[in-house]
Formats: sequence, C-alpha cells, structure tokens
Amino acid sequence: MLDTQASESTTEMTQAKISARNVQVFYGDNHAIKDVNVDIEDKTVTAFIGPSGCGKSTFLRCLNRMNDTIDIARVEGEITLDGEDIYDPKVDPVQLRAKVGMVFQKPNPFPKSIYDNIAYGPRIHGLARSRAELDEIVENSLRRGAIWDEVKDRLHAPGTGLSGGQQQRLCIARAIATEPEVLLMDEPCSALDPIATAQVEELIDELRKNFSVVIVTHSMQQAARVSQKTAFFHLGNLVEYGETGQIFTNPRDSRTESYITGRIG
Amino acid sequence: MSMGDTPRKGSLLEPDARTRRRNAAEARFHLYGLVAVCLGILALIVLLSSILSNGLSSFRQAYVTLEVSLPEDRLDKSGVRDPEVLAKVSTFGYAPLIRDAVGAEMERLGIQIEGLNEKDAGGIISNNAPARLRDHVLANSDLIGGTVTMTFLANGRIDGYFKGRVTMESAERDKNVSPEQLQLADALKEAGTLTRPFNWAFITAGDASENRAEASGLGVAILGSLYMMIVVLVLALPIGVAASIYLEEFAPKNRITDLIEVNISNLAAVPSIVFGILGLAIFINFAGLPQSAPIVGGLVLTLMTLPTIIISTRASLKAVPPSIRDAALGVGASKMQAVLHHVLPLAAPGILTGTIIGLAQALGETAPLLLIGMVAFVAEYPAAPPEGFFDPASALPVQIYNWTQRADPAFVERASGAIIVLLVFLVSMNALAIFLRRKFERRW
Amino acid sequence: MTVPSLFLVLAAMFIAGFFLGRARAMKSGGGDIRRLHSLPFYYGANVSLTAVIPALGALIAWLLMQPLWIEAQVSELLPPELVEKAGAESLVMTDIWRVAGGLVAAKEAGALSQSELATLSTETTDIRALLGQFGVALAADVDPAVLEAAKASIDLSRAAATWMAAVVLTLSVGGLGFALWRTDKDYRARNVVEFGVLFLLLVAASIAILTTVGIVLSMLFETRNFFSQYPWQEFFFGTTWDPSFSGRGGASKLGILPLLWGTLYISLIALLVAVPIGLFSAIYLSEYAGKRMRSLAKPAIEILAGIPTIVYGLFALITVGPLLRDYFASPMGLGESSSSVMTAGLVMGIMLIPFVSSLSDDIINAVPQTLRDGSLGLGATRSETIRQVVLPAALPGIVGAILLAASRAIGETMIVVLGAGAAAKLDLNPFEAMTTVTVKIVSQLTGDTDFSSPETLVAFALGLTLFVITLGLNILALVIVRRYREQYE
Repeated sequence: MLDTQASESTTEMTQAKISARNVQVFYGDNHAIKDVNVDIEDKTVTAFIGPSGCGKSTFLRCLNRMNDTIDIARVEGEITLDGEDIYDPKVDPVQLRAKVGMVFQKPNPFPKSIYDNIAYGPRIHGLARSRAELDEIVENSLRRGAIWDEVKDRLHAPGTGLSGGQQQRLCIARAIATEPEVLLMDEPCSALDPIATAQVEELIDELRKNFSVVIVTHSMQQAARVSQKTAFFHLGNLVEYGETGQIFTNPRDSRTESYITGRIG
Repeated sequence: MSMGDTPRKGSLLEPDARTRRRNAAEARFHLYGLVAVCLGILALIVLLSSILSNGLSSFRQAYVTLEVSLPEDRLDKSGVRDPEVLAKVSTFGYAPLIRDAVGAEMERLGIQIEGLNEKDAGGIISNNAPARLRDHVLANSDLIGGTVTMTFLANGRIDGYFKGRVTMESAERDKNVSPEQLQLADALKEAGTLTRPFNWAFITAGDASENRAEASGLGVAILGSLYMMIVVLVLALPIGVAASIYLEEFAPKNRITDLIEVNISNLAAVPSIVFGILGLAIFINFAGLPQSAPIVGGLVLTLMTLPTIIISTRASLKAVPPSIRDAALGVGASKMQAVLHHVLPLAAPGILTGTIIGLAQALGETAPLLLIGMVAFVAEYPAAPPEGFFDPASALPVQIYNWTQRADPAFVERASGAIIVLLVFLVSMNALAIFLRRKFERRW
Repeated sequence: MTVPSLFLVLAAMFIAGFFLGRARAMKSGGGDIRRLHSLPFYYGANVSLTAVIPALGALIAWLLMQPLWIEAQVSELLPPELVEKAGAESLVMTDIWRVAGGLVAAKEAGALSQSELATLSTETTDIRALLGQFGVALAADVDPAVLEAAKASIDLSRAAATWMAAVVLTLSVGGLGFALWRTDKDYRARNVVEFGVLFLLLVAASIAILTTVGIVLSMLFETRNFFSQYPWQEFFFGTTWDPSFSGRGGASKLGILPLLWGTLYISLIALLVAVPIGLFSAIYLSEYAGKRMRSLAKPAIEILAGIPTIVYGLFALITVGPLLRDYFASPMGLGESSSSVMTAGLVMGIMLIPFVSSLSDDIINAVPQTLRDGSLGLGATRSETIRQVVLPAALPGIVGAILLAASRAIGETMIVVLGAGAAAKLDLNPFEAMTTVTVKIVSQLTGDTDFSSPETLVAFALGLTLFVITLGLNILALVIVRRYREQYE
C-alpha cells in the first residue's frame, strides 16, 4: 500500500494541492491519527470514509488547523498546501483558513441575516471595496451555493429561519464567499433529509470545477456518488487511498473490503 | 467578478498587510481581556490588603500592669466592709488610686519627665480602669487596706502611639494626649510595665462608648450574629427544603406554580434594604417584637436567605437522576416515599452546601439590620437562648458600621479588625461548603 | 393560658396522638401489621397531624388578627376630640399601647392587683410616675380617656387570650378524637398523611408569595399614610430634599429627584467600571485563558462576590475616598470631600465585576461551539469571532446581566451610606458628595423615628419606589435571559 502511494505521490507531486507526510495527531494521551500520508488533488472531490471514531474528521480538521482551537490536540508531521508547510510557525492560521474553507456537520448559520452570513467572510478578509461589490459577491456565492432562488427575496431575514437543507447550502455559500482554494466538508449531509442531501451532493459536484473539495462522509453511497478519490480510515490509520471506482470495486486491503461490504463499521 | 478562477496571490509564509493589521487587532483584544482580569484581581488584592493593613493591629493592645494600693480611709471609712457602703464609692473615687499607682510606678522605676503633671501621667491609663478596679474591689472586699496588682488597658491614644496612629507631632496638636505622656509610655514600655499582648478582649468584650475605644470588643456582636444564624438555620433550612421539594417534585405546571417561581427569582434580586423595611413594618410595628432583637434580625435574614436556599436545593434535587425515582416507584413506594426516602438523602450534600453559602451571605448582610434597630449601642451580652433571642444584641456587620460612625480614629482600626474577624468566619464557612461538596459530590 | 404553654400543650398532643393512633390501629389489626392498610407509623402520624395542624393554624391566625381586632374595638372608645388634639389616631394608639404595656408590667411585678387595676384612675394615682417605675417613660400626664382605653385593651386582651386558648384546645382535642375515631385497620392513613405533608410543603412554597405580599403591603400602607400628609406631586417632581425635624410636615421638602439623580449617577459610574472589566474578564476567561489560568483567576474574581458590602463600604470610606480626594479631586479643584459619587461608584463597580463576569461567562458559554467553529473555519480571528459572532449571539443575555447588575447597583446600601455622603444635590461634578434613595431610607428610619410624621413615612415611599424600579429591572432581565436560554436549548 505504502509503495503504491509513494509512487503515486512522486508522479503527481506537481498536481497535489495538499500533501500530508507522516501526520500524527494526539488528543492528550490518545493517539488519534497514526502516520498518515496522503496527497489531495486540485479540482477533485476526495472522500474520507471509515467507521465512526476512525479519525477521518480529526484529520480533516488538521488541514485547516481547526485543531488549534482544541487545547489538548497536538499535531506532528508535515502538511503542505501548494508546497508550503501549513504548520510552519510563521503561518497564520487565519490566513490559512481563508484559503482552506470548512463546512460543518451541523448547519451553523450565524444568528444574523442571510446577507450578513454570506458577507461575513468577505468583510473580515477585506475582499470587497464597495457595497456594490459586496452585493455582487453575496449574489454570486448564493448562486453557486444553489440557494439564490430560494432566498433572493429575503436576504435580510435571519439565516436561522431557513430549513435544514437550506441552512447547509447557506453555510456552503458562506464558505465559498471567501474564495477558498480548498473546501473541507465534515459530514455535510448527516443532519439533512434525503432531498436536501441530493441537492447538496449536486452542489458538491458543481463545486469541483473550481475547488479542491474534501468531504468526510459516513455514507459509502455518497462517497461513491460524489468523489473521484477515496481514502479509507480505520482506527487512526489511513488504510487505503485511491480512485473511488477502484476502492469500491477492487479494494486492495482486506479491511477496506470488510468495511464496504458491511462487515465492520 | 470571477471567483475561484483567480487563485489567491501571496504565500502563506508571509502574512499580507491586512492580516498583520488583523493580528494586531487580535493581540490588542487579547490584551484588553488580560488587563480586565488583572484589574479584577488587583482590586481584590488592594481591597484585602487595605483591610488587613488597617485592621491587623487591632489584635494587639497596650496594657499597663500596676500595683494599686487600696487605702481603707478612702474606700471604707467604717471598716465593716458592708457591701452597700462600699458600693457608694463611685468610679470617681477609684480614679485617684490609679493615678497614684502610676505615680508610684514612675517613682519605682525612677522615671522623671519634665512638664508632666500627675493628672496627665494617670491619663495614660484607659478611662475604664477605675470601673474595673471598683468591680474587682467590690467582689473581693478583703483586699481593702492592702495592695493589688492588676493589668489595665492603656488609653487608646497611647495604644495608637505604638501602632503609629499617634505621633509626637500629632500629639502636640491633640488635646487628648501630650508628647510627655508618650515619653512616659515609651519609658514604661522600656521597663516592661507596658506590654502589648494578643488582644483577646477585642474578640470577647462588649462594645464600649465613644471615649473608650481601647475597651471595645466584638463579643456581643459575635453572639448576636450567632443567635441570628441559629434562627436562620432553624427556619430557612426546613422551609426552604420543603418549598423546593414541592416545586421540584410535586407542583403541577400551572399559573400558581409559575407565580411562585417568578416570585422566588425576583426575591433573590430584591434590594436587601427592602427586607429591612419589611422587618420594621411587619415584625416590629405590626407584630410588636422588640427592636434590636436577634429574633427579628433572624426572621428578616431568613426571608432574604430563603430564595438562595430554594434555588440551590432545587438544583440538587434536579441533579438526582429520574431513574432513582422510577426505581422506588417500581417497588410500590408512593411518590412521597420515593422523594423522602431516596431523592432527598441523595440531594442532602448539595442542600447542605447551598445552606452554608446562604448562611454566609446572611452573616455579612448589614442594611436590613440597620432598620430594625440593631445599630443601637449594646454593651451587655444577651441572655442564653431562648430568652436571649429577644434581648437587644448587635451583629458583626452592624458593629462594623457602628464603629465607622464614631469620631475617634481608633475605631477605624477596630472596624477593620472586625472585618478581619467577619472574613475569617466567612472563609471558614465557604471552606466547609467546598470541603463538603468535594467530599460528597456525586456524578451521575 | 399563655402562648408558650399553648405550644407546649400542642407538642404534648402531637406526641400523645402518635402513640394513641398507632396503638389503636394495631389493636384494630389484631396486632398483625400485615392486616393494616398502612404502616402503623402512618396511623400515629395521622392522629398527630390532625390534632396539631388545624389548632396551630388557628393559633397563628388568631395571634395575627388579635391586635387588629383590639385596635378596632379600642378606637371606638376614643373621644374624637382626643384624636384631634393629638393630630392622628395612630399617635393616640401608640400612647395607649405604652400605657397598657406599663400597667401589665406593673401588675406582673405585683405593684397593682387586679382590683386596683380596675379602679385605677388618673385622679387618685399619678399614672406617669407609676409607669415610670416600670420602664415606661411618658412625655406628659396620662389623659383619663387614654387610661380607660388602655384598661379596656388589657381586658380585651385577657378575654381574647382565654377564648384563643379555648378555641385552640377544642380544635386540638377534637382533631385528636376525630382522627382516633377514624382509625381502623382499613383506614388509608398513608394517603391522608401524605396529603397533609403535601399541604405543608405547599404552605412552605407559598412563603415566597407571602413575603412579596408582605413587602408590598407593608410599604403600600405607610406610603398611603405618607401621601395623605404630603402631596405626591411634590414627592415625585420636587427637586429639593430638605427634611426638617423641628416642625411636623409643612416645613419639610421631600422631593425624590435629587435622590434618584444621585442613585442613577452612582449606578452609572459603577456600571461604567463593572461592565467593561466584567465583560472582558468573562471573554478572556471563557475564550482565551488556558485551563490553569481559568482555574485560578475565575475563583479569585468570584471571591469579590462573596465579600459583604459593609467591607466595600469601609474600603470606600478609609481607602478609596481619601485617595481620590488627595490625588484627583483636590489637585484638580473639583472638591474637598472624600465621600463622593466617584468614590461610591468606583467601589460599587468593583463589587459588581464578579456579578457581570460570572453571568456573562455563563451566557457566553451557552453560545454553541458550532458558531465559533463556523467563524474560525472561514478564517476569522478569535477576536473577530467574539466581536461579530459570539457577542451578537449573546447580546440579549448580556443585556439581561447588565440590567440585573444595574438593579443591584440601584438597591445597594452600605457602599453608598459609607462612601457617597448625605447631601442631596442635583450636580454633575462626580467628586461632589451626593446621596441616594437607599441612604435616605436608612437615615429616615434609624435613630428617632415617629411613624406619624412625613419625615419618617417618606422612607416607605422611597422604599416602594426603589422596589418598583428594581422589580421592573429584574423582571425585564429575567424575561430576556429566559428567552435567550430557550433559544439555544
């Protein structure tokens, strides 16, 4: 497994948006992520799958240093974004997170208007020079979040008043508005009903044209539907990483096979 | 405007100007928070050190040991030691004896101070010394004709001299004390006649009048506070627990219950002085209970403490998991039995902790007690309970207030010292509460 | 029969009832507790409670009503011209109570026999001198009508005490008998006892309501008395506070505005100190501080909340006041008083820091972590997250906390008594001594009080005003905070 991955990474080094080398994560005494190596490509949807507690969300949160907000978390190893080590002491996590956006498991619109929710990121990062420009960013983001038509008449209504699926698309639009290069999604559909899930999945496929998307999901069907690359995590180890089609049809590792056939998980 | 197609310029390793600005704002904000916390802690330190530096000295007091001769011709001319005759000699008759004793002591030690007359020399002894001597003689009439060695309080100004409150310069301007008296005090201290032992009387004695600051103590106030705390404990604990049990376990969800709940949270925030008005109007003017009595203070403080106890008791009852109630009901216990036999004992540590904290609050409360007359001058100890509950008494915080209202600066020292005593009580009560919580705390 | 002995009798009935009831139940069950509906304990408790609770309730009610009833009876005996001469009926009644109290004391001490008391008259005896021996000092000779009224009140009290004892004892014995008669092996004693206990619990819970009713009534009555002697317009809109103790009424000016101004000015300064420090401390401790720092700093700040207000008052009096005077007010030529609005405000601000910080801390912690994550995930800094997401989300709760702190500040007494001064002024200079509503309540109700003069009664009107203001703030704050909590539950 390691050698195939290593050969892949040498051939694809130029294309890798994010690459992780020997990443370890500790929560206090708990060794949550063990020696993970992975290369995430640009303009691709990469899915992280695995049983709950396998560390996939933890690893995702390493990619934009959200783990910094947890006191007891400690990250070792090297993660680079466009060849720059994101854990370099000189790197400002704030600037990093502007480039690597994140969407969370539970829709978390701020208790502000829909407009202010979207405008929040552009405002703090200073992306708009005028009100008109900000309006444009908001509209574009909402359109690309596939929610414009539903909210265009009530931009100043509170974002918390939307339905669950709408809220999640609002959060995705909010993340897009800061023009990230990578979008991390932590089980974005787990709190949604099937129809809302389908809408969000459609949106993810659309987003691939512009961003590198990393999605953590519980559902293997979802991973198969939306992703091109899939990584399987188990007990903190990255067990297998490859083309989605290959992982689901012809897994190399027996643990992957057990998981996708439903024997573990 | 095209987004996403134009990748962000600039490297992660070099923060752009905007990020630097934002980080500076972040650092400033962080600093504000740190400054605020430090200011809070600084305020605590200044407060405590101000009280300690002003009050610690009140635990030492200057005493003068004198050998007083008790001539028969001045105290009992008849020589029959009839108590009625002896009692006719007032404290004014004893004052010269003390003056003579100071003179004799100076002679014995060979102290000579220019410009110090006999009266002023006697003035270094407290005004309450003649009374003490008289009481002692009346109790031991066989002493008359001989001498007795007694330790008297030094005058408050002399005591203040050793505490730095009075200086030679200030004595020049003070009509109550002269520099010569201070020289005498120095000489007596040198000779060991004047000593400064630990001031037990400060904790045990009753209050003393304006011009005898050195004799005043906290005994009556401590006893009064203790009586009030007994009343509060006896009334507030059962009523508070009963009310909490009703509200938490039995009350139907209706308007009356809602009204009671709003009432309790509001009572917890009503200004304490309003409870004083209530006490004055209901307990004293209407029910005719005596002023200054611990029973009235206790009742007022009970009403004030009830909301605190109810709120903490309800929290403890709520923390007992429903499975315990279900288990009891499942074996056929009635609801009342389930609560009284199982829930209440499990909630007891929490209730106890809340009660102690409520009592500590009540102990420090001043304003309502002023209105029910506890501010009066009380020098006598109240009797033992239960009559004592109706006797006039003072209370620790009120005694402090009382002393702040007096002119002699010696009382400022006394007030600060009394605060130290009060804080010692509060700290011990809170420490007990924390200890109980740690010891019995149970996580479900 | 005296009240303490009645209590003793009731206690005896309680104990006797328990054993009688239990014994009767056991007998009815033939000595086999399995044949009883309830445990024997409940039969005993049932008899005990039935024998004591109604009697006790009657006793307490009687004790509360008796003075009112006697006062009504006695006031009918009073000749109207006497009341007119004294100025108010309450003054005459006070005299009557004192004379009656003195006579009872004299009788108890053996100086008067029952028959002597009955024939006592102002013409034959110097009542003033007689009462003086028993600690009742009267300002003038006793009016014959007052003496007659006092004697009547003594007779009435004695009669009432006899009736009370009769009623209480009848209820107690009747209750005991009734409960015993009902006791039987099939009697559902447990249910009855539990119902009784539940009733007692309900009574305990109602004490909160009774207290509020007591507060409102006690102040309402005296406030009404006050407004019957002093026009309400001048109280609420008067700009001068100048009570005179020489003449009654008339000469005094009792306008509340200078007091309210002092109260609000001091509270404002206190909030200006407490809100920024408290809020930033809460933010720092909940969002920035490490575990160690939090576990040390949080209790340290909360110690400030456990310190009694008299301590803050003394701190203002001996430390902060002189400090402000010597280093600020005096050099800047703003005043020479050590007690000032600034002194009281500053110290009160310190007192309120833990109040604001612990309430805000709770409220900030109630903001869901997902909102913080959402903001941080977009690349916001912590301070941006706090200022633009956490604080706006927590705003209602924080406003509630500030309102509660304001209510505290307005009702605070000891700090202003010792730190603010006693001069009622409408002034802007914060280094000037001013006074507050609470200070004046204390000064009007301590020392020599005369419950018929407006100078004393005004304290009740002040108290009621204070109560209404703080009640409004408290309820507003409670509603806001409750809504806020529901939002995130």
